[in-house]
Amino acid sequence: MGVAKYVKDKQDAIKEVIYQSGIRVKSAYTPQDLEEVGFDYAADLGDPGQYPFTRSLHPQGYRSRAWTTRQYTGFGTPEETNKRFKLMISHGQTGLNVAFDLPTQMGYDSDDAKALGEVGRVGMAVDSLRDFEIAFQDIPLDRIGSGLTINAVATIMLAMYQVVAEKFGYPKAKISATPQNDILKEMIGRGAWIFPVEHAVRLVGDSIEYAVKELPRCNPVSICGYHIRESGANPAQEIACAFEIAKAYMENVIARGMPAEDFVGRFSFNLNVFGNLWEQIAKFRAARKMWAKMLKEEYGVQDKKKLFLRGLFGGGGSGLTKEQPENNIVRGAFYALGAALSGAQTTALCSFDEAYTIPTPRAALLSLRTLELIMEEVGLRDTVDPLAGSYFIETLTKQMETRIQADMKQIQEIGGMVHAVATGFIQRKVSQQAYEYEKGLQTGAYVKVGVNKYRDTSEDQTDVELHEYNEQWVEQQIARLQELRRTRDNRAVARTLQDLEQGTRAGQNVMPLLVDCCRAYATVGEMAGVLRNIFGEWHEPSIF
Amino acid sequence: MAENRIKVLIGKPGLDGHDRGAKVVALALRDAGMEVIYTGLHQTVEQIVRIAIQEAVDVIGLSIMSGAHIPICRKLRELMQAEGIEDMRVVVGGVIPKQDIPKLKAIGLDGVFPGGTPFERIVTEIKRVVNRRPAGA
Repeated sequence: MGVAKYVKDKQDAIKEVIYQSGIRVKSAYTPQDLEEVGFDYAADLGDPGQYPFTRSLHPQGYRSRAWTTRQYTGFGTPEETNKRFKLMISHGQTGLNVAFDLPTQMGYDSDDAKALGEVGRVGMAVDSLRDFEIAFQDIPLDRIGSGLTINAVATIMLAMYQVVAEKFGYPKAKISATPQNDILKEMIGRGAWIFPVEHAVRLVGDSIEYAVKELPRCNPVSICGYHIRESGANPAQEIACAFEIAKAYMENVIARGMPAEDFVGRFSFNLNVFGNLWEQIAKFRAARKMWAKMLKEEYGVQDKKKLFLRGLFGGGGSGLTKEQPENNIVRGAFYALGAALSGAQTTALCSFDEAYTIPTPRAALLSLRTLELIMEEVGLRDTVDPLAGSYFIETLTKQMETRIQADMKQIQEIGGMVHAVATGFIQRKVSQQAYEYEKGLQTGAYVKVGVNKYRDTSEDQTDVELHEYNEQWVEQQIARLQELRRTRDNRAVARTLQDLEQGTRAGQNVMPLLVDCCRAYATVGEMAGVLRNIFGEWHEPSIF
Repeated sequence: MAENRIKVLIGKPGLDGHDRGAKVVALALRDAGMEVIYTGLHQTVEQIVRIAIQEAVDVIGLSIMSGAHIPICRKLRELMQAEGIEDMRVVVGGVIPKQDIPKLKAIGLDGVFPGGTPFERIVTEIKRVVNRRPAGA
C-alpha cells in the first residue's frame, strides 16, 4: 500500500520500516514481543463476540452473516438515482449509501444562484419530499437500510426519509437510516458545513435525541474518521479524532439528561481502509476494543451490544491514483481484504475511476463484485479474526492503542474536540501532514506504483470511460421544483416554516418541526434558510 | 533587479469543501517563496475577484473538485474582463479530465494542474506565466 517509510541499504535490503502512525516495525516478532507490550488474551482480546470485542462483535463473525455492502451512489436527478439504486440492489447490494449534490448538502435549492453548475453533479439533487418519492420508489425501505451522506442538513434529510417512508406505508419503527450527520469532521475535512460549531453540534444532538425516542432502527450519526484521514491524518489520529468527536456529541446529549446507555448504541463509524495493510488491521482491532472500554469504564454503559463499534470500514479514496487507473482495481481488492481481515461489518469501496469522475455503472459494479468475491471465493468467512494471536498483529494492535490514546489526550488537553475545531488546531495539523505526505510521494520517499515508480510514460492516461453529466437533468430538476412551489399548499408551508423558526429559537428539538415542514413539501432551501437566519454561518479559523 | 515576490490567491469557488489540495498547494507555493492568500471555502466567483483586486495578486489559483470547473472558470474570466483585470493570471487545479484542458485554455486559463501534478511543475508554470505578463499590467 506504499504508505510506510522504508529505509533501505545500497543492496535494496530494508533496514527500517516506519508506519504513518510512527510505529517502527521489526523484521520478526516472537512471544517476547507480546510479553514486552503486556499482551493478555482475556484483557486484550477475549473470544470473538466477548468484551472488549477486539476480535469481533459477533461470536460467529462472517459465518453468521457476511458484511453489508453499501456502495456510495447517487447523481443527477432522483429518477437517475432510483435507476442506479435498483441496479445495485439487483446485483446483490444489501444497503444503500446515498450521495447528494452539493447544493443539497449546503441547504440550497436547485434554482438558487449558488447552485449554478453544481446541480446533480456529485450526487442527487433533492429539493423536497417530491424528490425522495421518486428516488425511493419501489425500494423496500423496511428491508434495505440507507446511509444518507449528508451532514449540515442531516436533520432535514432524516425527517424527509421518515416522511417518504410514511407515504409508502412503512411505519417509522421499521425504517433504517444512517444519516452521516458528523458536522465536526466536515469542519476538519470535507467542508460541507453551514452553521457555527455550537449550533451545528446542537442539531446533531437533536437528531440523536429524536431518533432514540421515535426511530428505533435508525442510527442518527455516523462518525467519520474517514474524511479526517483523507485530509491528511495518520491512522492513529483518525481514530483519536473520531472518538473525541463522538464524545463531543455524547456530552451534548448527556447534558439533556439522557444517559449514554440510552443512545450510544446508535452511533456508528465510517473509517478508512487506505494505508499499510497491517497498520489498518491493528487500527480497527484496537479501535473496537478502545470504544467498548471507554463506554464501559468512562460512561458506565452496561448493555454489551451498546459497546459495539459498528460501522463501515471502506473507501480508500486517497489511495487511488489517476495514473494507470486499472491499478486501482487491484488496490481496491487489497483494501477490501484488509477490511475483511479487520472484521468490517459494513463496507464499500471507492471505484477505480474515482480519481477522474463519479463512478460509471461498470466501475461501481466492479467494486461491488470485489467485495462479493472477497466474501464468497477467497475464504474470508471461514473463521473469525484469522490473524488473532500473530505475534506481529497483537503487538501492533497494542502499540496502536497506545498511539491513539496519546492523540486523544492531546485533543483533551487543548480543551476537547469542539475547541480543537473552532480554533483550527486539528485542521492546521492535518494540512501540514498532508503536505508532508505529498512531498514524500513526489520525492519518492513513499512508493506509489505507477506514480513515482514503474511509471509508464507512453500511456494514455484517460483511458477510462467518464460518467456523463447531463445538463437536461438540471432543467428537469428546476422545472419540478418550480412546479412544486406553484402547486403545493403554500399556506401550510408558511405555517410549518414559522413553527420551525419559533420552535428552534425556543430551543425545542427541531426534528418534529422539520417532519411537519417535509410533509408540507417545504424545500430544503426554505428549511435551511430558516436555520441560517437563526444560527448564522460558521467562519473558518485561518490556518495559515 | 531583485525579483519581486509572486503573490498568489488560492480560491475555492463553489460549494465543494474538499480543500486538501488547495491547502497543500498553498503550502508548497509558500515554501517556493511566493506570498499566498487562501480564501477559505464556499466562495463565490465575485468574492474571489474582489479579494484578487484588493490584494493586487499576480495569480489567481482555483481549486475545483466537483466537476464544475468549466462553468466556474468561464464565469471568472468574464468577471475579470468586466473588472478590467483580465491580465491577472489564472490557473486551476483539481479533478480535471484531460479532454477538458484545451477547453479551459480556450476560456483563457494560463495553467491547468490536474490532481497529482508535481509541486515543482506548478511552481515553474506559475513563475513562467507571471513573467510572460505584459509590462505595466
